[in-house]
Amino acid sequence: MDNEGPLKRFNKKVDIIIYGTINSIALALMALGFTLVYGISRLPNFAHGALYVITGFIVWGFINTLGLNYFLAIILSLAITGLIGAAIYQFVLIRVRGMAISEIIASYAIALAILEGLRWGGFKGMTYTLPVFMEGGVEIFGVPVDLQRLIVVGIGIVVVAFLWLFTHYNKIGLALRGMAQDERAAMMLGIDSDRMAVIAMALGSVLAGLAAVVLLPLGNIVVEAGYRVLIFAIAVCIVGGLGSWVGAVLAAFIIGFAQIITVAYIESHFHMVVALLAIIITLILRPSGLFGRQKELEERV
Amino acid sequence: MATEERRRERLDRGIKVRTEGIYAISTWQEMAYLLVPRLVLILGILMLPLVIPSLYWQRVISIVCIYALLSLGFDFLAHFVGLVSLGGAFFIGVGGYLAAILSTSLGLPPALTIPIATLVGGAICTFLLLPCLPLRGIYFAIVTLMYPLVLAKIIEALDILGGTDGIAGVASFQSRWVEQYFIIVMVIISLFGLRRLVNEDVGLVFRGVKDNDQAVRASGISITLYKSIAVYIASALGCLGGAYLVHLYMWAGISLFALDFSILPIAATVIGGGGTLVGPLVGSFILVPISELLRAFGTLRIVFYALILMAFIVFGSEGIMVYAQRKYHQFERWVKV
Repeated sequence: MDNEGPLKRFNKKVDIIIYGTINSIALALMALGFTLVYGISRLPNFAHGALYVITGFIVWGFINTLGLNYFLAIILSLAITGLIGAAIYQFVLIRVRGMAISEIIASYAIALAILEGLRWGGFKGMTYTLPVFMEGGVEIFGVPVDLQRLIVVGIGIVVVAFLWLFTHYNKIGLALRGMAQDERAAMMLGIDSDRMAVIAMALGSVLAGLAAVVLLPLGNIVVEAGYRVLIFAIAVCIVGGLGSWVGAVLAAFIIGFAQIITVAYIESHFHMVVALLAIIITLILRPSGLFGRQKELEERV
Repeated sequence: MATEERRRERLDRGIKVRTEGIYAISTWQEMAYLLVPRLVLILGILMLPLVIPSLYWQRVISIVCIYALLSLGFDFLAHFVGLVSLGGAFFIGVGGYLAAILSTSLGLPPALTIPIATLVGGAICTFLLLPCLPLRGIYFAIVTLMYPLVLAKIIEALDILGGTDGIAGVASFQSRWVEQYFIIVMVIISLFGLRRLVNEDVGLVFRGVKDNDQAVRASGISITLYKSIAVYIASALGCLGGAYLVHLYMWAGISLFALDFSILPIAATVIGGGGTLVGPLVGSFILVPISELLRAFGTLRIVFYALILMAFIVFGSEGIMVYAQRKYHQFERWVKV
């Protein structure tokens, strides 16, 4: 069932370093969309995993039923996912904005509806796969790594860099950042909170879709991935501090390496347990996460 | 030109005001006003297995009661203590596994395993949740959502407690009627017990914790203590349901940690009306049979109640029982402004 992580026994330290890095960047890719939406609009988007899976199926559909070019299919399905995300905000979440629990329940209900609907529609089994971008592999320090995993690393770095540039040098990006820092002040300066939230949701959904497009060729598209990606995203965001990007990237590395090390030395079943334990331990010891300092006062008694 | 503006005014019925203090009751009418709704509920639930002859639907009533216990716990925690727990499956799983172990390895009868699993299971759940009690809002919700997943994964990974095969050969009840009425009576007792509890002094503190915990703290009352009492009550209810479920199916497995046990109680509470304690019961009696009817559609029923839940949340519905109680206790009239 686990298809993203290389779940075999590693025998060398170099293996752990290289696959740990790849795994961490994969985790960061899964989590960036979630942390972006939460950071900007304080919306815990529990439909994140569902958007991830649905992008995979849309790309698959474009390639195999419409016979589109792979690259075109990816671009189109990312656009569609972005629209779905915007629609989720515009038609559903906008009505429960500010009520954290209702937001969680509503977005989780959307996720359940999408994922279980897909499962009911027969989208399960081993038949749904996406082709890798480039065949073949290389050896790094004597460790065989296939090109797709290198592409994951490359795209991860590009995405982080793009997000940094976008939020520092683009008008909309700056508005988003203003929203994230202080919603009221931003609104006083004429930034529309709902419009920014729509943009944030669309962007977050595109990021979820991008993660799917990059990571899914490593395995099958399965519905369960939706729940798994959601848990990984939450784990990364909570360990890093909800809404903190630097924290999210660092946390992705912490959890990513922790996972690979447990897989290497203990057992492969613990892949998921590590993420879940990370969430619980962080929330117990330091609920605001490694970098979410400002929320410590308001959320903790 | 002055436009005539009207607004709807809601007033308590005189009979409600008169019957609020028990000492003021003097007529049959007033007694009936208080008793009829309660008797309709109690007798209705008690009669249900007699009216419904088919074994299958009697089994469904038992399942409804398990969900009713869970939803009661959820409603109590969410609307009276302010802790939103998304981990009903955690309580069911702990209670269920405990009862299964007691039954298979010690050979205890259900009459012993269920009380032990309820009391000890509640204590175990409270102990495990103790570190998360300082958390509030979305953080508590996330952490409780994770607990059942972690336990299920750990059981799977370590291959303990029967691993993925589960524990088979759990003792069943002596007779069908014991099986049926035990859980129905437990639901009624829990419902009225909780209703009484939230109006006692303890209930006042619980509500204080929900509304303004700093004020409670400033009064020299330990928040953590009261939160853990509340969590103990709610988790004991869930464990009771879990222990019963295990004896009903004579089997315990990872499916005790299934998503249904976490999601359906929330949906039932939202639909039935949160904060009324009766609402979750009514919600379960609506949702569970529907989801049984939809069993043939497989996972489509999860889609179905996810959509219902979303609709109720998004349109800010107050829930069936809140509406019904308002209509029962109050009348409305249009007044000029």
